[in-house]
Amino acid sequence: MIATSTKPVAPAATETAMPPAVALSPDEASVSIRDLVIQYGALTVLDRMSLNVGKGEFLVLLGPSGCGKSTLLNAIAGLLDIADGEIWIAGKNVTWEEPKDRGIGMVFQSYALYPRMTIEQNMSFGLKISGLPKSEVAERVAKAAKMLRLEQLLKRRPSELSGGQRQRVAIGRALVRNVDVFLFDEPLSNLDAQLRAELRVEIKQLHQDLGNTMIYVTHDQIEAMTLANRIAVMKGGIIQQLDTPEVIYNRPANRFVAGFIGSPAMSFLTGTVEGGAAPRFSANGLTVPLDRYDFDSTASGQLEATLGARPEHIIVGNPASGTDDGRWLWLDGKVRLLEPTGADTIVWTELAGQPLTIRVTADQKLKVGEQFHFALDLTRLSLFNAGTGVRL
Amino acid sequence: MSSIASPAAGSRVVVARGPRPQSLTAGRIGLYCFILVTAVYFLAPLYVMLMTSFKSMDEIRLGNIFNLPQHFTLQPWIDAWLHACTGLNCTGISVGFTNSVIITVPSVILSIAAGAINGYALSFWKPRGANVLFAILLLGAFVPYQAFLYPLVRVYSTLGLFNTLTNIITVHIIFGLPVMTLLFRNFYAGIPMELFKAARVDGAGFWRTFFSVMLPMSTPIIIVAVILQATNIWNDFLFGLVFAGRENLPMTVQLNNIVNSTQGERAYNVDMAATILTALVPLAIYFFSGRWFVRGIAAGAVKG
Repeated sequence: MIATSTKPVAPAATETAMPPAVALSPDEASVSIRDLVIQYGALTVLDRMSLNVGKGEFLVLLGPSGCGKSTLLNAIAGLLDIADGEIWIAGKNVTWEEPKDRGIGMVFQSYALYPRMTIEQNMSFGLKISGLPKSEVAERVAKAAKMLRLEQLLKRRPSELSGGQRQRVAIGRALVRNVDVFLFDEPLSNLDAQLRAELRVEIKQLHQDLGNTMIYVTHDQIEAMTLANRIAVMKGGIIQQLDTPEVIYNRPANRFVAGFIGSPAMSFLTGTVEGGAAPRFSANGLTVPLDRYDFDSTASGQLEATLGARPEHIIVGNPASGTDDGRWLWLDGKVRLLEPTGADTIVWTELAGQPLTIRVTADQKLKVGEQFHFALDLTRLSLFNAGTGVRL
Repeated sequence: MSSIASPAAGSRVVVARGPRPQSLTAGRIGLYCFILVTAVYFLAPLYVMLMTSFKSMDEIRLGNIFNLPQHFTLQPWIDAWLHACTGLNCTGISVGFTNSVIITVPSVILSIAAGAINGYALSFWKPRGANVLFAILLLGAFVPYQAFLYPLVRVYSTLGLFNTLTNIITVHIIFGLPVMTLLFRNFYAGIPMELFKAARVDGAGFWRTFFSVMLPMSTPIIIVAVILQATNIWNDFLFGLVFAGRENLPMTVQLNNIVNSTQGERAYNVDMAATILTALVPLAIYFFSGRWFVRGIAAGAVKG
């Protein structure tokens, strides 16, 4: 359950083009958190957390509100007093350094632009304080403005800008600092859906162009999946899983991660697992053969377990189309509810007396109350220990 | 009437459509009457004062205080400003006006500056024990001023500052501090913490953040503070009497001396003119501050 430091996962599905998903040694890390403890009074928010972020890596801290992700980011920025531990940035121990001396730039959810300054003054404020010569300041601001398409807006006040433009200015303010590490604290949460999607692409493009280390806090799994090289899924101040988006999605380390990632959420069936030569999961008259399941641990004997199936890993159709060498397990059910979302429709049905959701394309004409056939993809199931929630 | 009225002939059913019709209820009429009476009640004294100040003493002796002046004269105003006597000095209330300006301007500026810095530090830097400190400071706003008089007199005379300009100005600053701090603390509490964090990441320290980021945003609350402090300090009588010293008596104290120290016949017209002159500054502030004044009342309401 406590997968705190980089977990040396070695399953087959760990192939990524971008920076390493394998364990980083603290020395080659761009940002390194060592045994970090953060307390608010008697409440311990983070307890002995360690985390290494590689150079040029885009790490997303993902989790529900109150999981400590923003706290961790603020601690890295130096905006928060820590109780114990060390923070290293670019090979330098910055635990006691002021935020400005840490080599970080930060972008906030509420943009946090200085309202009485023009866009240009907003972006150059930090540089002026650091005493950089005027020509250099102007040059850096111009460069950042060009990159973020803000040239036309430099003389305006933040109140005259749209939300998306304001956030671009905030990114620009971090950009001009020429730092190694960018910190993003839910930067897109205040924007509407369309702008969020646009700016998400821009941030990704920016990361590709600059190659800086970026640490990005969000509760939006789409942002996490699309942007990250690695995602750290957090809950209750503990990193539940730290891995590439692919692994997080396909092989969630525990039931929390499985339920948190994916929309619509994974369906869970409770039942029992029997190990041995022909492992199988059974619940309420349903039997699912598990000989194609890639077990994390060698289970033997009988065990209370939860079976997880993603709505998009279930197909609807005719059993006559085959089981594809036993990859598909054909079942049938009754349509309880339909949720059309445009491109897809979410079908609610029941399996072994427990609710199950299936994602089908909109051209599948199903009606409420109708009997229909569907098949579980036996290669893409997830199994968790019902007691501990850990993946089996 | 509406074209889509009910078909039932005779029964006048009005279809509810468009804006709801206004009706003048008994309650409304009562309310307006009350407002009118109240306004007359509060304006009558001002009217009498104004009328009296434009009359000669001969006309005043006739006793028709509500009548308009028959022989309009500005002489009482000139006398009040330049020649009215306080004891042996007959230099009018203009001396008091100058003194009040000399006391009020630095007191207002410095008390607001102190309150703003206090409020800023308490809201954003949150020093250890900030809440306890703030509670103690607020407590100061609830202790009656009279309780401080004697100790303060002793303190200032020990320092050799008693009855000086420094004395009266610092007293005003000290007693303005609780409410000013409260005002600014509450205002800064409404500003997102992220703005402060952004300034810290940009490398701005305590003063840089205050002067470059926070102060430029504080215009609304500064206006409210100026209204509160300017009227309070201008209207002050007690501190002026005790701490200002003979040379620096503010206008309010001087007015009292003019009105109470006349020998022989009371020059009502001069007294009225002097009173209006004294009240003119707060009156002007109330009139010209408009909506800001309402905010000032609302913000000041917390002081109890």
